[in-house]
Amino acid sequence: MFVIPLAGEEKLNPLIPHPIEIVLSLVVFGLLFFAVKKFVVPNFEKTFAERTQAIEGGLEAAESKQKEADEKLAELEKQLADARHEAARIREDAREQGAQIVAEMREQAQTESARIVDHGKAQIEAERQQAVTSLRAEVGTLATSLAGRIVGESLDDDERSTRVVDRFLADLETIESAQAAVQPDGR
Amino acid sequence: MTFLATLAPMVGSVRTEEFTPPGPGDFNLPPIGPDKTFEFLGQTMYLGVTKPMIQLVLVALLVFAFFRVAGAKRAMVPGKLQYVGEAGYGFVRNSIGRDIIGSQDFMRFVPYLFALFFFILINNFLGTIPFFEFPTMGRVGIVYSLALISWLIYNYVGIKKHGFFGYFKHQTIPGGVTGPVLVLIVPLEFFSNIIVRPVTLALRLFANMFAGHLLLILFALGGEYLLVHGEGLVKVVGPVAWIMFIAVAFLEVLIQFLQAYVFVLLNATYIQGALAEEH
Repeated sequence: MFVIPLAGEEKLNPLIPHPIEIVLSLVVFGLLFFAVKKFVVPNFEKTFAERTQAIEGGLEAAESKQKEADEKLAELEKQLADARHEAARIREDAREQGAQIVAEMREQAQTESARIVDHGKAQIEAERQQAVTSLRAEVGTLATSLAGRIVGESLDDDERSTRVVDRFLADLETIESAQAAVQPDGR
Repeated sequence: MTFLATLAPMVGSVRTEEFTPPGPGDFNLPPIGPDKTFEFLGQTMYLGVTKPMIQLVLVALLVFAFFRVAGAKRAMVPGKLQYVGEAGYGFVRNSIGRDIIGSQDFMRFVPYLFALFFFILINNFLGTIPFFEFPTMGRVGIVYSLALISWLIYNYVGIKKHGFFGYFKHQTIPGGVTGPVLVLIVPLEFFSNIIVRPVTLALRLFANMFAGHLLLILFALGGEYLLVHGEGLVKVVGPVAWIMFIAVAFLEVLIQFLQAYVFVLLNATYIQGALAEEH
């Protein structure tokens, strides 16, 4: 119903090649291939290689920088640890010194207090001695006058009264010393 | 066209006998200068410089000049031109060369694959680029020689690697096949790997470019014819054909790229197959 006429009068077979085109294509592509191989590919390859190298070099540099930084950090940390250690040592020393000072002070205070106590005791002893001496004198006088009043006779005879008192006191002392002799071992 | 023919009696009439549909003649462009002819294999052929020949040389110069200039600066941080050049080169080098052939052997084939890819690609693109509008690879002779080069290369590297008989054993006997079935397999594999490969390689590229261009001519001339000679509503169909022309032209750009890619990819695959240790 609908006939498509073929183009042209002679029948062209598109699969039959044109010989000049075959040769031309071989020559042109061949030339292009050699030109590309010699002048184009090496350029790109060199660029790629250089870029790879540059990147690797950059990485290496970064790595060494990193290493350096790590080393520095380690050093600083070591210094810090040393400083901490030093501080701790100083603190310890100070504490020891403080304790020593406190101990010394305590000792001094104790000696001082002991001295004060001794001094007080000595004073008391002296005062007691004094009291005893004055008492001894007064007790005699008082006792004689009291006894004189009681017995109604004058005991103002010094010689006799002194003898009585002395005897009394001697008795007293013997009792005391007997008691002391018993007591040291006692109980 | 059959659709138009059935439509024609209803809405108008087209004098179909006056329309000359596009055919192989549209690819047989006359030479520049005097129309001399010669006979070859029963065909009358023009003798002289024709459009596809000029395009062929022009593309070769263009591809070389572009990549030469783009790669010359060798900056560590590439500019726009160098970046485009490196992207194009790197695409063929890595995605076709290294990925298919393998990182051990690919480098010696990169110049070939690279030149081939951009040579075919730009020649194909000329089928759509205004003022050229003729796919150089629509001329079968040009494609035959590229397929011939491919055939020579993969057989050569195969024979060089495995030795003459070793290579044919490698190409015709699939691994693990033994016994009487070899009588069947060996001729089949030989036919498929040695004889048919270059033919299909060439015809695939040629036929795609040929048919694509034919389709474009058909839409362009058909639209014009309908607009000029059609009567009534048929006139309107003419501009519609032109819209189709634009759509098909974009599709063609994709096919032009794909065919260049497939041609080079198959080249790399054949080389890889010839170099492979075992199947």
